[in-house]
Amino acid sequence: MQIVCKNLTFAYGKRGVTAVKNLSLTIDEGEFFGIIGETGSGKSTFIQHLNGLVKPTTCDELTVGEFNLLDKKCDYKKLRSKIGMVFQYPEYQLFAETVFEDVAFGLKNFASLTKEETEKMVKEAIEVVGLDYEKIKNKSPFDLSGGQKRRVAIAGVLVTKPEVLILDEPASGLDPEGKEQLLSLLHSLHKSFVKTIIMVSHDMNTVVEHCTKVALFNKGEIYCSGRPSEVFFKLEGLEEIGLEQPLTGYLKKELELKGVNIESDLTVDDFVYNLVKKLKQGS
Amino acid sequence: MFYIPFTCEKFFWVLKYNKSIKRGSLLKIIEVKNLTYAYAKGKEVLKNLNIEIEKGEFVAIIGHNGSGKSTFAKLLNALFVPKEGEVLVGGLNTKDKNSVHEIRKKVGVVFQNPDNQLVASIVEDDVAFGPENIGAKREEIEERINFALDAVNMQEFRKRTPTKLSGGQKQRVAIAGVLAIKPEVLVLDESTAMLDPRGRREVIEIVKDLNKKGMTVILITHYMEEVVNADRVIVLSEGEKILEGTPKQIFAKKEELTRVGLSLPPATILADKLREKGVNIGEVLTPQELKEELCKLFVKI
Amino acid sequence: MKDVSFGQYYNTTSFVHKMDARVKILLSIAYIVAVFLVKEFHFYGFLAAFLFIVLTTIFSKVPFFSVLRSVKGILFFVIFSAVLQIFFNTAGEVVFSWKFITITDKGLLKAGFIVCRIMMIVMGTALLTLTTTPVELADGIESLLSPLKLIKFPVHEFALIMSIALRFIPTLMEETDRIIKAQKARGADFESGNLIKRAKAMIPILIPLLVSSFRRADELADAMDARCYSGSKGRTKYKKQRITYRDIIGFLVLAGLIVGIVFLNGV
Repeated sequence: MQIVCKNLTFAYGKRGVTAVKNLSLTIDEGEFFGIIGETGSGKSTFIQHLNGLVKPTTCDELTVGEFNLLDKKCDYKKLRSKIGMVFQYPEYQLFAETVFEDVAFGLKNFASLTKEETEKMVKEAIEVVGLDYEKIKNKSPFDLSGGQKRRVAIAGVLVTKPEVLILDEPASGLDPEGKEQLLSLLHSLHKSFVKTIIMVSHDMNTVVEHCTKVALFNKGEIYCSGRPSEVFFKLEGLEEIGLEQPLTGYLKKELELKGVNIESDLTVDDFVYNLVKKLKQGS
Repeated sequence: MFYIPFTCEKFFWVLKYNKSIKRGSLLKIIEVKNLTYAYAKGKEVLKNLNIEIEKGEFVAIIGHNGSGKSTFAKLLNALFVPKEGEVLVGGLNTKDKNSVHEIRKKVGVVFQNPDNQLVASIVEDDVAFGPENIGAKREEIEERINFALDAVNMQEFRKRTPTKLSGGQKQRVAIAGVLAIKPEVLVLDESTAMLDPRGRREVIEIVKDLNKKGMTVILITHYMEEVVNADRVIVLSEGEKILEGTPKQIFAKKEELTRVGLSLPPATILADKLREKGVNIGEVLTPQELKEELCKLFVKI
Repeated sequence: MKDVSFGQYYNTTSFVHKMDARVKILLSIAYIVAVFLVKEFHFYGFLAAFLFIVLTTIFSKVPFFSVLRSVKGILFFVIFSAVLQIFFNTAGEVVFSWKFITITDKGLLKAGFIVCRIMMIVMGTALLTLTTTPVELADGIESLLSPLKLIKFPVHEFALIMSIALRFIPTLMEETDRIIKAQKARGADFESGNLIKRAKAMIPILIPLLVSSFRRADELADAMDARCYSGSKGRTKYKKQRITYRDIIGFLVLAGLIVGIVFLNGV
C-alpha cells in the first residue's frame, strides 16, 4: 500500500493552533520510514491522519492504498485493520483479563471469525513478537514485565495482519537491551509480517541505523526528507529544531571539514567499513 | 617533574581525610551500609549494597529495568526504609522516624514522569509547595521560588500552567520544585527517560551546572551518553553493585555491561568497532573525543 | 474532549481575578441562591442574572465565548431535563397531542425555565473557576471551612484533594483522548449499537484509565512525600488572601442583583 498525502493542513478548532501545515509526503510500499521531530512538531498528529483518527482541516489528496480518506464513504474499520498503529507506551492500553483476550480484541472488532481461526491468528501474533504463546496466553497482562507488556500490546495490533505498521516512539522507556531487542523485532517484522513500517522517533542514531527513508518534521512542516545519508549530511542547524546529529553524520561532516571524504551511508557498520578502507588507502 | 602531580593529589587527599576526621563524616553526605531491601518476602530488590557519596560529587547509577535503581532512589530519602543495613544522610539514619523530615530536606528526588510530580496548576504555586511544607515564611518562600526558577531558567514561565508546557519544561519545573527546598543532594530517578532530545539536553545542562556550583548529584539513567558527565559510575544488576569507577573505566568493560543488559555510549561503540578492524584508536566517550581521535589518525597519513 | 472548559483557569489579571477567592466562593453561592429565587415563569429575573454575568465577564477580561463554552460540558443534562419537562409535564393547556405524546404550554414554559436556570448557574460557577486558580479555590474553601476543624473535619486534606483533582483534569483528559484513539485504531467502535453494547465498549477505555490513575496517584504521593509534605501541621501558605475594596464592590453588586430579582419577582 502506497501512502500519498498532498497539502495536508490540520488546525485545532477554527482559530486554534495549526499542528500540521501544507504537508505533502509519499511513503512507498516496503519502506522502513522514519519520522523525526521534537515534541509538538506535528509528527503524531500527522500519523493519526493515516488511519482516520484525525481528519484534515484541508487536504488535496490523502490515500492509503485503495482507501481514499477524503471520501466520506471511506471504510475506516477496514482501513484500520490494514494499517496498524502502535501508540507511545502502548502497554498503557492493555485492559483485558488475559493476554489472549487483549490480543484478540482487535480481531473481534474487525471480523467475525470462528474460535479456531481466532486462536490461530492470536497465536501467530504472540509468537511473531517473540513470546511463548502457551506460557503467556492465560496470564493477566498486568502481571507481565514492562518489555513483555509492550510486546503484547504490539501483538494486539499485529493480530489483524496489517500491511502497514505505524509506531510512535516504540522504544521509549526501555533499557538499552530492551531497545535493541525491540528494534531487531521490528527489523524482522519488516517485509516478512508487515510490508511497510513507519516509525516515529527522536533518536537519530536509531533512525539512521534502521530506516530506508526519513522525513524531518519541524513546526508542522517537513524540514526535509529522503534517504538518511542524503538528509543528514546536507543539514545544518539540527540542534535548532530540537534534534541531534546522528553520530556518523557528525563525524562524516567533521572529517570533511578536515579534507577527508568518506563515501558511506550513515549506518555504523558501513561507516566503519569505509573509514577503514580510507585509512588503508592512505597508508 | 612527575612527582609534583602525585604529591599534590596526595596532599589534597590528606587534607580531605583530616577534614573528615575532624568533622566526623561530614564529607560523606550519603553512606549506604550493607543495604538489603525487599518488597515481598524472598524477592530481594537490593542486596548487600555499600555505597558512599561525597559532597559535591556527580555520581551516575545505571542498570537494566528492574535492577533496583529506582528502589535505591527511594531509599535515599526515606520513602523506603532498609530491611537490613542502613542508609545515612549527613549522619542521619533513615530508619529514625524523627529524622525523616530533615533527611527529605537534604535529599531532593526528581522522578520520571513530570506530569505526576506537579501538584499545582500554576508554576510558581507548584514550586512553593516544598517551601510551604517546611514552614517557610512568605518572604522566604518568594526568595526560594526565585532562586529555584532562576536555577532551571524558567522564571518567564512563572505564571503559566504546567500542563501547557513541553516535557522538558515540565521536568525543569519539577526540578525547581525540589530545589526550592534547598537540598544538599539532588537525585534524578530516570528524569530524562520521557523527554525528547531537546528536553534531555536542557535537563542535563541544568544538572551539570548545579553540580559545578557544588550540588551533589545522583543521576539514575539508562542513557549511556548522559553518564559520561559523571565523576563516578555505579552499575547495578539484579540488585547488586557489580561495577564502580570513572566513566572511562566502566565503559572499558564492554562484555560485562552487555551481559547485564546495558550498552556503551554510541561513540564508544563506534570506536570499538574500529579497533576490531585493527585501527589503533584511543579510549573515547563522546562524539567530540571520537572526532579528535579520527582527526589524529588522518593527520598521521 | 479538549473543549471542556469547566474547571479551567483563564490566565490574566483583572478586577475579578484579583478578588479574594473566599469572597468569590461566597458570592457564587449567593448568586446560585439568587438564581433559585427567581419565581417560576418570571423570566425577567434571569435577564438580571444574565446582565450580571455579562458585567462580571467584562470586568474579568475572560472572553465571553469561554464562559458560554462551559455550558457545552453539561449540554446533554440540559437537554435531558428539558425533554423530560416537555413530554412528561401534563399540567396546563395541551398545545400538541399525537398518540401518547401530549405537550402542554406549562411543560414548555417549565422546560425553558429549567434550561435558563441551569445555564445561569453553570455560567456563574464557570466564571468562578475561570477567574480563580484551583489552588486559590482550594485555599479559599479550606479557609471557609476552617471552623469545621473544631469537629475534627480534615479541612486541609479535603482542600488539597480538590486542588489536585482540578490540577489533573487536563492531564486525565489528554490520557482519555489517547486511549480512545488507541482502541479505535484497534477497531473499537463507540458509536454504534444499543446502550448495553455501548456501555460494554467503554471497558477498554475505563480499565486502562483506572490503572493509570492509580499509577499516577502512587507516583504523586511519592513526589509529595519527597517534597517534605507531612499534612497541614507546620505548613505555611505562599499566597495569603486579603479582602480589598474589590470584594466590597462585588458584595454590593450581588446584593443589587438579589434585590433586583426580588423586585422583578413581584412584577
